[in-house]
Amino acid sequence: MNITQAKYNTIPNTDTNCSINCTIDGNKVSVPIDPANTDFQAIQEWVAEGNTIDEAD
Amino acid sequence: MTKAAELAKMGEVITNSQIGRKNIVINGAMQISQRSASVTGLGAATGYFTLDRWVMVENDASAGRFTMSQSAVTDLAGFSNALKIDCTTVDTSIAAGEVLTITQRIEGLNLQQLKASSTSTKAFTVSYYAKSNASRAIALEIHTTEGTNKQISALHTIGTSWARYSMTVPAASSTELDNDNTEAMQVNLWLHGGSTFTGGTLNTGALAASTNANRAAGIGSIFASTDNTLEITGFQIEVGSQATPFEHRSFGEELALCQRYLVKFTSTGVYQDFALVSCYSTNAGRAIFDMPTDMRANPTFSTSGAFQILGGGTVTGSSFISRHGNVISINLTGSISGTNAPCGILRNNNDADASLTFVAEL
Repeated sequence: MNITQAKYNTIPNTDTNCSINCTIDGNKVSVPIDPANTDFQAIQEWVAEGNTIDEAD
Repeated sequence: MTKAAELAKMGEVITNSQIGRKNIVINGAMQISQRSASVTGLGAATGYFTLDRWVMVENDASAGRFTMSQSAVTDLAGFSNALKIDCTTVDTSIAAGEVLTITQRIEGLNLQQLKASSTSTKAFTVSYYAKSNASRAIALEIHTTEGTNKQISALHTIGTSWARYSMTVPAASSTELDNDNTEAMQVNLWLHGGSTFTGGTLNTGALAASTNANRAAGIGSIFASTDNTLEITGFQIEVGSQATPFEHRSFGEELALCQRYLVKFTSTGVYQDFALVSCYSTNAGRAIFDMPTDMRANPTFSTSGAFQILGGGTVTGSSFISRHGNVISINLTGSISGTNAPCGILRNNNDADASLTFVAEL
């Protein structure tokens, strides 16, 4: 799984992160912050390899 | 078989098997293909490509490539579809770590019927129908994925006509199948493997701590020739030590089971509506989706194609917000609010191929 360009989204009008928009294997997806979601698990492994998720705007 | 033996077998089925709602495998008859009916050039990456719930697992960059499709079955009574693998590029230099399996990853919540106790499992039986272009050995494997990973395999030589193949997994101790929504077991069909997975002796006796070399010993390779094909259908896992007739479910039932893991809303024409949108600013709005079933977990969301807000403008971005039961909230950005603010309708923008996908696969 090739992950690039990860960035947090917040619930509108709050500072609470709710998902991560990123590109996985060339596809733009929005991954929920849910430990049971396998894409989120893959992002956690990607972060553990030294990569960074950009903060939300 | 003698009458006495037949009666004994029937008695075993009645005593130890589950009658009705017995098949743990989802989409075993290969009826549901929400993503696509056929995809070419596969083999470079693991993923779900065609038939729901069936993931193609690869490792170590085999040169082999294949087409995966939902094929039409005309020569096997009771079945109309199969999962077909058709080799399109050979791999004659197999690296040690190479893998190609057809796999279904099974959620712990759906496996509790296999438990004999919290730390042991009953005997259960895996069965499927298969045919190939020529005689070829593949390995059927059960692999547990919680606690100490355990596995057991059977070598099946697939012939050129449909036949049913099966493996009974004996009752076992020290097994773990957690009652939760994560993966607890895989059923794998090994079509290709390097020495890391084929270099030992196939473990056929009992569920045992997984040793890679013993998982697929003795198999041939689907990537040996571009003539090679394999079709499978009628996949079933059931409690008990007998392979009983395949449990057919209706198309609607099977689709609902698949939608716990994938929901794809696909256009069938231009400017079709998908959801109501609350436009809370000129450049942002919230779409609410009433999903057909509770998904396994919060799903990954993606769009394909062009979308717009009726009464607004073009949608340029989207992000998952929340899920409560079967209600999912998606934030949309772009030219959201127009003359009909604050409400709009999300629809495809003159794009009959546009789709929205929610994925909660294992």
